[in-house]
Amino acid sequence: MSSITWIIIAGAVLTFLTRIGGHLVLSRFERIHPRVEVALNAVPAAVLTTLVAPAAAEADWRGLIALAFAGLVALRFNALTMFLAGGAVIILLRQFS
Amino acid sequence: MDEQIYQRQSVPSDPGRARTQFWEGFAKGLPIMIASAPFGLLFGALAVDNGFTVFQAVLMSAAIFGGASQMVGIELFGHNVPAWLIVFSIFAVNFRHVLYSAAVGRRIGHFKPLQSALSYFLLTDPQYAETEKRAESRKPVTFIWYLGVATPIYVMWVTEAWIGGLFGNLISDPHALGIDMLLPIYFLGLVMGFRKRDNWAAIVTASALVSIIAYKTIGSPWHVSIGALAGILMAVVVAKPEQAKERN
Repeated sequence: MSSITWIIIAGAVLTFLTRIGGHLVLSRFERIHPRVEVALNAVPAAVLTTLVAPAAAEADWRGLIALAFAGLVALRFNALTMFLAGGAVIILLRQFS
Repeated sequence: MDEQIYQRQSVPSDPGRARTQFWEGFAKGLPIMIASAPFGLLFGALAVDNGFTVFQAVLMSAAIFGGASQMVGIELFGHNVPAWLIVFSIFAVNFRHVLYSAAVGRRIGHFKPLQSALSYFLLTDPQYAETEKRAESRKPVTFIWYLGVATPIYVMWVTEAWIGGLFGNLISDPHALGIDMLLPIYFLGLVMGFRKRDNWAAIVTASALVSIIAYKTIGSPWHVSIGALAGILMAVVVAKPEQAKERN
């Protein structure tokens, strides 16, 4: 097999370990401490934000407008509407300005 | 939280209910499928550009099933980086899943062992977000429902690698199409979905600031784990003791 295939297989095994690992570690504890519970409840916002913020910091003004607009749309509409609206804004701005 | 209580009720008792739950999940998976389509196609095209065969592109999407890490993998492959470093980079980009995994165990702990293994394999960012929201809305998180969410996402993700690979430079100018901003926009939507949770603004602020600083100093992909830990730490610090207690 070529090295690409080996890289893919090794990457897949390690990725699976990250996806099951947190659970395997945590399930060894009989009782979850309230503080840990608070920490776990913070996981969605804490992790997902890191996938947005640096990109926003690096973005051109068109990207920032698209993000801001999408953020406003998200206050009233579902995630898909928000995604399509933000996507439309960035494509239009990049095409015409 | 009374997770234990509703987890026991959450096993579908009859096939009709199981079918309903599958389609309920499927309806949640469809928008994710649409939003991830540009990246699935782009991945296939770039992979073949960087010397992958179409089969290898499809294999990578099927076996790793993690967009950002796949992009990093093919990008590094184009740069003649040693193999172990590419593998390690894929691992580093996917490291955030450790946190999802720890948190989602509370929602899917009642799955049977094989169901559980498959579910953790399918645990992507949007899959995790949907599972948390489902638990938050007090609806049962069943394996059938979970599969319903994952099926359209996974099947199309793998198919897109194939189509993208076959047609090569389907997307000639990713920048003009705003591809670099689509993912941040999408993830912003997921972040906004959790805005009713305790101390959301404080967590988001801490994560955002620290991840930006880490991105500019230490560099990618560690800004994700470092920024996430800052947000989690913020949650633990600002949580009122009684608030923490009533949750358990």
